[in-house]
Amino acid sequence: MSKGQKLLNWIDDRFPLSSMLKEHVTEYYAPKNFNFWYFFGSLAMLVLVIQIVTGIFLTMNYKPDGTLNGAGIPVAFASVEYIMRDVAGGWIIRYMHSTGASMFFVVVYLHMFRGLIYGSYKQPRELVWVFGCLIFLCLMAEAFMGYLLPWGQMSFWGAQVIVNLFGSIPVIGPDLSVWIRGDFVVSDATLNRFFALHVIAVPLVLLALVVAHLIALHEVGSNNPDGVEIKKLKDEKGIPLDGIPFHPYYTVKDIFGVAVFLIVFSAIVFFLPEMGGYFLEHPNFDQADPLKTPPHIAPVWYFTPFYAILRAIPSFLGTQVWGVIGMGAAVVVIAFLPWLDRSPIKSIRYRGPKFKFMLVLFIIAFIGLGMLGAMPPTAGRTLISQILSFVYFAFFLGMPFYTKNDVGSVPVPTRVTETNGKRQLQFLVLVAVTIIAAYLFGTNV
Amino acid sequence: MKSKIRHLIAAMALVLPVSGTVLANEGPALEKAPIDIQDTESLQRGAQLFSNYCLSCHSASAMRYNRLEDIGLSEEQIKANLLPDGAKIGDQMNVSMDKKDAKVWLGAPPPDLSLIARSRGADYLYAYLRGFYRDPTRPTGWNNLVFDKVGMPHVLWEMQGEQVLKTEKNAAGHEEHKLELVKAGSLTKLENGKANTVEFDKRMADLTNYLVFIGEPAQVKRHQIGYVVLMFLGLLLLPLTYFLKKEYWKDVH
Repeated sequence: MSKGQKLLNWIDDRFPLSSMLKEHVTEYYAPKNFNFWYFFGSLAMLVLVIQIVTGIFLTMNYKPDGTLNGAGIPVAFASVEYIMRDVAGGWIIRYMHSTGASMFFVVVYLHMFRGLIYGSYKQPRELVWVFGCLIFLCLMAEAFMGYLLPWGQMSFWGAQVIVNLFGSIPVIGPDLSVWIRGDFVVSDATLNRFFALHVIAVPLVLLALVVAHLIALHEVGSNNPDGVEIKKLKDEKGIPLDGIPFHPYYTVKDIFGVAVFLIVFSAIVFFLPEMGGYFLEHPNFDQADPLKTPPHIAPVWYFTPFYAILRAIPSFLGTQVWGVIGMGAAVVVIAFLPWLDRSPIKSIRYRGPKFKFMLVLFIIAFIGLGMLGAMPPTAGRTLISQILSFVYFAFFLGMPFYTKNDVGSVPVPTRVTETNGKRQLQFLVLVAVTIIAAYLFGTNV
Repeated sequence: MKSKIRHLIAAMALVLPVSGTVLANEGPALEKAPIDIQDTESLQRGAQLFSNYCLSCHSASAMRYNRLEDIGLSEEQIKANLLPDGAKIGDQMNVSMDKKDAKVWLGAPPPDLSLIARSRGADYLYAYLRGFYRDPTRPTGWNNLVFDKVGMPHVLWEMQGEQVLKTEKNAAGHEEHKLELVKAGSLTKLENGKANTVEFDKRMADLTNYLVFIGEPAQVKRHQIGYVVLMFLGLLLLPLTYFLKKEYWKDVH
C-alpha cells in the first residue's frame, strides 16, 4: 500500500472523504445530454467565490464611515477611491467585485430561466427550486446592502427609497423603517449595519443555502433538456443508462464554460467596468449628499423589473403599500412554480403551444419591465408597465389552467436524445428575436 | 434558417441607433470631447491649467501629486511647477479655502473634482468649460449654457474672451441656443466678425483630458493589462479547455 493510500485510509476511518467525493463528484451520475444552459449553475458558484475572495480584500481597505474627512468627503466614499488609486491592485479587485455583482445576476437569471424551460422545479425537485429561490432572495438583499457601501448619491438615495418602502406598511411601517435604518434618515448608523450584514450575516446564510441547494440536487439527481428521469433506466450495476459521472465529464466541460465566462468577465472588468452606467451608475461617482435629491433615482439594472412593478401599481385606500406587496409577490411567486405548473411534461421540447406562447409573453414582460424600471416614469410608460406587470403575474397565476392539457406533438422519449443543433439554434433565434422585440417595444414608449 | 439569421442581424442593426438615442442623457446633444487619454503631452498641459486655474478653489482630494508621474512628469518637474508651497510630493490635491467661506462667497462650495469626469462625462465637461456667457442678471455676471445659473464665475475669461447667448428658431420651429463670441480673448480671435476658437478649444480639450485622467489614473494600465489577460484567456485557456473537453468526451458520443 502506498503512503498516499495509507493516509487516505487514515482519513477515511475518521472522516467520510472518499465516500463524499464518490457521492458528489466521481460517482454522481448526471444526464449526458446537458446543453449550454447547464453551464450557469457552476458559473454561479464561480462568481460566488470571486465575490467572497475580492470582498475579503476590499474589507481590508474599505471604511464604513459616513462622516466627512478633512477635504469634506465622506470617509467611506474616499476609502473606495483610496482602493482605486493607492492600494496595489485595488482597482482590479474593486472592478472584479462590482462586475461580479452584476454578472452574478446575469448568471442566476439564466440559471433560473433554464429551470423554467426544462421544468427543473417539478417533482421531485421542488426543494431544489425553493432553496434556489431563497438564494435569489439572499442575493437581492446582499446586492442591495452592498450597493450602499460606496456611499455615492445612488447608494444613498437608492437605500433611502427602498427602506422607505417598509414605511408604507400600515401601523408598524414608520417605526419599522426607523428600526432598519437605525436613524431617521439613511446615515452612518445605516452604513455600519449594512456593512455588517453585507460582509458576514447574509453571506453566511447564502453559503448555507448553496449547500442545501446542492445536497437536495444530488439527492434527487439533475434534470436534463429532455425532462427524462435517467434513474428510471439503469444497467446491471445500478448506473443510469443515460448518466455519466460528473467527474471527469462535467468538470472538464464546466472548465471550458469557465474559460468562456472569464473572457466575457475580463472584457468588462478591463474595458467596460461601468458598462455604460448600468454596472456602475454615473451619479454614484458623486458623494452621498442627504440635502441634494438626484432628479432621477434608478436602481441597478438587476432590480429594475421588480422596481417597475412597484411603480406600476397605483396607491389606493390612502396607502402605497400595494406596490410594495406587488413587488414582494413578484419575487415570492417564483418559488411556487412547482405547485402552479400542472403539466406532467417537464421540458419545453414536449410541451404544447400554450406554455410556449405564455413563456414568450413572460420574456417580453420581464425584459420590458426591466427597461421601464430604469427610465423616468411617464404616463405612457406607467400604462405599459401596468400591462406588463399583469402579463408577469398572468404567466404564474394562469399556469394551473394553461398547463393542464397542454401536450406537444412529439411524445416524451424514454431515453435522453442527442442535442439537436438545428433545434437549439432555432430556439436561440426565437429567444433573441423575443428579446429584441421586447427591447424595441420598451425603447419606443 | 439562414434567412432568419439575416433578419435577426437586420433587426439588430435597426435597434442599435434607437437605443443610443434613448439611453443618452435627456437634454441637448453634446459635442464629443476630442480627448486622448494616452496623449501625455495633452495631459501635462491639462495638469498645468488645472493647477493654475482650478486648484485654488476646487480640490481633487483623491489625487496625490506624485501620481502625475503616470503622465510622464518627473518628481523634480512636479515639485518645481505644480506643487504648492509647503506641500509634499505624496500629498493629496487639497485646497485651503474654507468650505463655509466658499458657500458664502459662491452660493455653494466648489465640488471636489477627483471624480467629476466619471459622474458627468467628458463631453459635458468639454461643453461646460466652453459654455460660459455674459449674463448681467447673475451675481457673477456669467452664466453657462449647460449649467444654468451656475455659481462659478468664468475663470478663464481672459483666454476665451466674452460670449453672449443667441436664441434662434430652427427650421423645425424649435428654439435653439447658441453662443457667439463678441470679444476676443488671448486664445481666441475675431476676424471680420468670424470667431476663431481653435486654440482655446484645444486647451479645454487638454483640461477635459486631464479631468478624465484624474477620474481614474489607472485606466491606461487597465487597458494594457486587459489585452494581456484576454490574449491569455482567448489564445491559451480557451483552446486548451476546449480540446481537453473534446478528448474526455470522445467515449460519450
